[in-house]
Amino acid sequence: MLLDAVFVLLILTNLILLGSSLLSASIRIVAVQGAVLGVLPFLAMAPDRLGRVLFLAVLTVALKGGVFPWLLNRALREVHVRREVAPLVGYSVSLALGIGLLALAFWLGGRIRDIGLGVSVLSLSTALFMMFTGLFLVISRQKALSQVLGFLVLENGIYAFGLLVVVNIHWLIELGVLLDVFVAVFIMGVAIDQISRAFDHMDVDQMNHLKG
Amino acid sequence: MTLLVVACGLLLLTGLGALLLQRRPRGAAVFGVSGTVAAAMLGLYPCLRVLLGGSAELMCLPWPVPGGAFAVGLDAVSAVFLIPVLFVAALSAIYGVEYLQPFREGPAAGRSWFYYNVLVASMVMVLLARNGLLFLMAWECMSLASFFLVMYESEKPGVREAGWVYLVATHLGTACLVAMFVLLGREAGSLDFGRIGALPPAVAAAAFCLAIIGFGTKAGFVPLHVWLPEAHPAAPSHVSALLSGVMIKTGIYGLVRMLMLLGPPRTEWGWVLIGIGLTSGILGVAYALAQHDLKRLLAYHSVENIGIIALGLGVGVLGLSTGHPLIAQLGFGGALLHVVNHALFKSLLFLGAGAVVHATGTRDIDHLGGLAKVMPWTAAAFFVGAVAISGLPPLNGFVSEFLVYYGSFLSCLESGARAALPFIGAIVGLALIGGLASACFAKAFGIVFLGEPRTEQGRSAHDPGWTMRLPMLILAMACGAIGLGAPWAVRAMRPAVALLTHEPTAIIFTGTGNVLDLLGGLTECFWALVGLVGILGLGRWVLLRGRVVRQGLTWDCGYAVPSPRMQYTASSFAQWFVDWFRWALRTEHHRSLPQGVFSGTAFMNTETEDGFHEGLFRPVFERARWAFSKLRWIQHGQLQLYVLYIALTLVLLLIWYASHL
Repeated sequence: MLLDAVFVLLILTNLILLGSSLLSASIRIVAVQGAVLGVLPFLAMAPDRLGRVLFLAVLTVALKGGVFPWLLNRALREVHVRREVAPLVGYSVSLALGIGLLALAFWLGGRIRDIGLGVSVLSLSTALFMMFTGLFLVISRQKALSQVLGFLVLENGIYAFGLLVVVNIHWLIELGVLLDVFVAVFIMGVAIDQISRAFDHMDVDQMNHLKG
Repeated sequence: MTLLVVACGLLLLTGLGALLLQRRPRGAAVFGVSGTVAAAMLGLYPCLRVLLGGSAELMCLPWPVPGGAFAVGLDAVSAVFLIPVLFVAALSAIYGVEYLQPFREGPAAGRSWFYYNVLVASMVMVLLARNGLLFLMAWECMSLASFFLVMYESEKPGVREAGWVYLVATHLGTACLVAMFVLLGREAGSLDFGRIGALPPAVAAAAFCLAIIGFGTKAGFVPLHVWLPEAHPAAPSHVSALLSGVMIKTGIYGLVRMLMLLGPPRTEWGWVLIGIGLTSGILGVAYALAQHDLKRLLAYHSVENIGIIALGLGVGVLGLSTGHPLIAQLGFGGALLHVVNHALFKSLLFLGAGAVVHATGTRDIDHLGGLAKVMPWTAAAFFVGAVAISGLPPLNGFVSEFLVYYGSFLSCLESGARAALPFIGAIVGLALIGGLASACFAKAFGIVFLGEPRTEQGRSAHDPGWTMRLPMLILAMACGAIGLGAPWAVRAMRPAVALLTHEPTAIIFTGTGNVLDLLGGLTECFWALVGLVGILGLGRWVLLRGRVVRQGLTWDCGYAVPSPRMQYTASSFAQWFVDWFRWALRTEHHRSLPQGVFSGTAFMNTETEDGFHEGLFRPVFERARWAFSKLRWIQHGQLQLYVLYIALTLVLLLIWYASHL
């Protein structure tokens, strides 16, 4: 029951992200999402591996709920951008599409569950919806920072999916994934900073002339 | 077997050493060459053992690649191809040290030894691989390493163009091979060669067609040969020798291996192979006649000789499919022996051409002449190669062509009119090819080595040093040895032929009309010929002793004041033949004829483009480029839309998959 509530919470964070234009708010929501995901192992896993789960959970919450928002907020301050001004897809349309994606995720989740993974439709659909939302954000938003957020959401979705489907991932792999994401966000934060200094903006669609 | 794998490892290690030493070309050369020579010595032993009757070996090492297995095996067929690879690779490497001296500056020379050793190692691996995936990986390594070797002088635009033509051609061929292995693997459930067998006729036919295109591109079947006359002249000569002498044979090896795997061959395959052999052989030598570039001429002769090998394979396949074991033995035996022979004399000729280029700085036959007087060693070696490639006794080219001739004549006698048709074609074709090849090498040797030098460089040229001379001499002696020891050479082919015809080794070539006895008789004639030449030489020496020998001009032609420019040129020498093949060659004449009694300047030159390159492939590729340029809008540089493409594809695939659960 508690688990279902967590999944519903995650779905809601995604929907808010789709409809939010304020970048600082988006960062906060992604942080919440990451922190909730960090707690998920407690609820999903067998309690006999408590030490390991505790370690991972603390690390995840600290990174996704603390370090990433801090890095992103810093980048945000550097570039003096507060909101996503002109997204390729408007916010209400984004929300409508998000609902469509949610429906698709539920249909897919229902189908995939039939393979016999032994997980609930809700959990699978949530993970899929998170991936879809992340990809959608990457595609539809202009600011490089929004794209980083999209990437984080996508990665959250993959993490959740892995957690559900492969119950016994080796903890080294999980650590590796976390480290990857950390490095990615760190580098993107620095890159956004540098790009905005060089180009005076961080609009992705105007970076075309960087191509060879 | 283990020795061969160790040799491969040694090649790769010394290649890496050469790469690390690329700033010091001399060290890199020593490292690379000693590796190749040592690997050749290690590898030759197991090959010879198998050919002399040792049992075939199979080895399987763990290799965690899905669908792949590090299965390597050595049987007589592999051994027949491996021996020239190792032999020629070692000799060409020794030759290359001095040849690359003028290019000492810069790391290119050091790096080229890395590619050279990788090329040799991957060729060995191609010949040993017994798994489709391993084969394809080795094949690709081979193609890439040879591409980088061709691009050695990549600062020249012509070389870059040649390199690209080669790269495109080889990858189109590889694409067919991938399709072929996928097809076979699907049918057999595994990519291991050992599991392939009992294929449905349709699958076998499709695999055969793909093999003809895929392996034919590497081997140089007309019209897939277009990369040969581009890449061989562009590469350094010792690399040309390796590419033309042995690398293109991996295509033949692939075809032979497929013939072994695809089950009982069909009569049509024999027709196809004989047809390919005839077109490749005749057009190859016709194009060769029209060339002015010495190495380009040799490249077209590779096309011709691949045609002869295909003819032999075709005769073998027809013999096998119609139930004439002796004809099959003769066809396959001739083809396999010609593989070895062509490796020897073609690399000898390329090394000779390299020595000429090294000494004079030009490949244009019309700028050369009279080199026999200043480069006697090179001239002698080139002469042996020229006689051998023309299929004249007593050298090795004659022996392998004789086997194919003999098989064709036998089957003409044994079968009815319709069944004899391809064999009559093979006989006529071989005769035509042999005659034209003799004419072509009379031209090449005559214009380059006889007569008078046409340029200052030609006058001051001299033989290369011993490290370049020795490989040529060894190859020339090998050509002679196979010719004069024909029965033993043919006997060594027996285990390989036995694998192809599925007969015990003991009865190969010893059935009706014992071929080995026949060859023994022929060899006695060869020795008599050699003896006769020796006696004539001795007589000349005796007669000239104590007399004054006066040197005169060659080709005086009754002129009072002849100049070297009055000699026959390559175009004029071959004009009769080129006119005869006008319909295929489409030679362009550019000329301004002398006018009046006291005429001013006049000139004439001829140019023969490759008809298939210019008439077939260039229009097709231009059309393809035009068509693909219509798709350029997809590649607009909008990162977000690229992500959209990927995401949409993945989601659609997921939906498709989920809806089929």
